[in-house]
Amino acid sequence: MFDTLALASLPDEDEALRPKIRAVVQQAIADMPVESRAKSWLGFDAAFSRLLGQEGFLGLNLPKSYGGQERGPFARFVVVEELLAAGAPVAAHWIADRQSAPLILKFGTEAQREFYIPRVCRGEAFFCIGMSEPGAGSDLASVRTRAERTDKGWLVNGQKIWTTNSLHSDYMIALLRTSGKPEDRHAGLSQLIIDLKAPGVTIRPIVDLTGDAHFAEIFFENVELGADALIGNEGDGWKQVTAELAFERSGPERIYSSVVLLDAWVRHLQAVGRDDDATLAMVGGYTARLATLRAMSIACTARLALGESPVVEASLVKDLGTSLEQELPIAIGDDLGGHPDEPVDAGLYRALLYVTQIAPSFSLRGGTREILRGIIARGMGLR
Amino acid sequence: MDRNELLEPFDKMLEALSTPAQVRAIEGGAPYAPLWEELVQSGFLDALVPEHAGGAGLALADVGPLLQALGRHAVPLPVGETMLARYLLAAAGQAWPEGPIAFAVARAGQDTVVPSGLVASHVLLECDGALVLADAGSGNPQPTGVNGSLAARMRWDAVPAGTVLPAITGGLRAVAALVRATGMAGAAERLLEMTTAYANERVQFGKPIGRQQALQQNLAVMAEDVVASRLAAQLGCAGGVVASLAAVATAKSVTSAVAGRIAATAHAVHGAIGISEEYDLQLYVRRLYEWRLADGSESYWNRLLGKARLASADTSIDWVRAQLFA
Ligand SMILES: Cc1cc2nc3c(=O)[nH]c(=O)nc-3n(C[C@H](O)[C@H](O)[C@H](O)COP(=O)(O)OP(=O)(O)OC[C@H]3O[C@@H](n4cnc5c(N)ncnc54)[C@H](O)[C@@H]3O)c2cc1C
Repeated sequence: MFDTLALASLPDEDEALRPKIRAVVQQAIADMPVESRAKSWLGFDAAFSRLLGQEGFLGLNLPKSYGGQERGPFARFVVVEELLAAGAPVAAHWIADRQSAPLILKFGTEAQREFYIPRVCRGEAFFCIGMSEPGAGSDLASVRTRAERTDKGWLVNGQKIWTTNSLHSDYMIALLRTSGKPEDRHAGLSQLIIDLKAPGVTIRPIVDLTGDAHFAEIFFENVELGADALIGNEGDGWKQVTAELAFERSGPERIYSSVVLLDAWVRHLQAVGRDDDATLAMVGGYTARLATLRAMSIACTARLALGESPVVEASLVKDLGTSLEQELPIAIGDDLGGHPDEPVDAGLYRALLYVTQIAPSFSLRGGTREILRGIIARGMGLR
Repeated sequence: MDRNELLEPFDKMLEALSTPAQVRAIEGGAPYAPLWEELVQSGFLDALVPEHAGGAGLALADVGPLLQALGRHAVPLPVGETMLARYLLAAAGQAWPEGPIAFAVARAGQDTVVPSGLVASHVLLECDGALVLADAGSGNPQPTGVNGSLAARMRWDAVPAGTVLPAITGGLRAVAALVRATGMAGAAERLLEMTTAYANERVQFGKPIGRQQALQQNLAVMAEDVVASRLAAQLGCAGGVVASLAAVATAKSVTSAVAGRIAATAHAVHGAIGISEEYDLQLYVRRLYEWRLADGSESYWNRLLGKARLASADTSIDWVRAQLFA
């Protein structure tokens, strides 16, 4: 079962990107404290994203004709892995590069491609994903925010919530109801590009439990959009969102959210010289799981590289990956708290509590554990 | 080479030869020679042996799926061990016997549990620093007393007479752990298939139990664990017969660590029928538990892996890349 997930290796030409991206990253994070790097992909730095664009590390999957690198998913795996290993601040371009630009490439018009994709590749156009609403989280088909047709284009009214990076974004790709009622479920949903500077858009930050405001709620009051705001065909929104989620769920970001903390903890153990059996077994156990998840994530990337949309496989790797990501801060907390006479570096302490507090979000963002397991069960023929 | 070209005929053969009835018969003491004879005839036992020595000269990465298939079919003989032993013997320029070869790691004067020890004519034994291929009888094999188990309790008071081989880097236990990890991945996969099929058939409250969301959630986790087992085993095999410590440790650690969860879900979904002897579930569950203990459980390999990891200044990702993906 799920035989499509089999050991695959990263092609040499993509592996060859590693030293160069590493050099760029090292320079950028040289002064970043561990607790900032532990924020992983929530760290925001527009200048860094532009630098990545200049150096050719954005749009790795996108055609050269739109400013991309035409390298494919394996190249992106290598670059993303290096960014996350170091805890580089990637939030600015993350969503645009990972899913908005590929979505526009696949379903958008030629004019949309020419307008948006080159700027994404340069790290100059940032996107957010407008799927969730107060009444539509797991049940995405129940979105109520509407886009009505007008003679000039569209008129949008409603609200989105939990929209990551919206405070700093230029555009939102929103899942909206363009016809029918919420009861009509998948039918009548479409994706539209909303310029967040348009009149009638109000963005209100939501502060999270760690004190950060990386997501927000967004209100649309008679927001006027041009006819060219629609991506793909009207009514195809559900189909497009499903394809988009395979991009969102399949990458190495779903296994490495706690890896900066893991490394800080390993350095702590090395510094204090603790090497009793229990400690060694714990380090080894997490190392083995990390290695296996990496193999699974590369296996998933190999499906993307074949042009498939590995929705079920990505769900499987994401659920297992976020489990590891969430277990690490709890286990490391017990380990450090279990050795109360060992001095703990102030940065490691802050990183530990930061990751511990934010970790529950790992299995929520991009679809909850229960929903993913439902997708896997369907893939197993149980539904 | 296309892996399926190799796997499919092997899998078909095992399907026919290693039926649940046959497995039960051999576990019950029936002679294994007829089954072994067919396996010998198939030529698969020499898959790893170099071509110049009469084998197929395949890499372990290619043979890994076959080793998993042995677990999928609960093959009641040390086939994987024999394939690897023949490779090691060939590499040392030695001839090999026709019969099944088990692996044993022992200290002189101490009992050791040898998987498939009751159905082996020979034992590749690592004892007090020596590696020899000896008659199985030299270890006076005795049943362990565990129901249905083909493992034997064996003991040598000194290194026995036999064909002497050069020591293996990392030790025989590491090679044996690869056999066990791949077998576990195969048995785990069979359990997943059986359990999913059963969930689709068994009706309670007017619908198949697999339609119950609680079961779907548990079965999805089971699938994740089974896929992790398979990938971990593949990582182990990718390193070759004498793999790096990291490759072996990852394979055996992950397959052993998830074994309990996999077996528990398989049993939970099956309800009472899963406990019964006549239902086939137990053939795979018993192996999963036995192989988890054999050749080092998860914490054994975790300790070794953790020690190697802590000795390096690399980041975790760099370390696993260098040790396992190079
Ligand atoms: C850090 C973070 C960033 C996010 N960023 C974005 C973003 O950029 N854009 C965006 O659109 N959204 C974003 N989200 C929202 C996220 O996608 C939703 O939180 C998620 O889909 C769950 O929806 P909900 O929060 O409304 O929970 P609910 O859907 O109300 O679910 C609550 C609980 O019920 C369970 N549940 C619900 N339905 C079922 C069912 N049928 N069967 C079993 N269990 C069920 C869920 O699994 C969960 O455990 C983000 C969330 C977080 C935490």
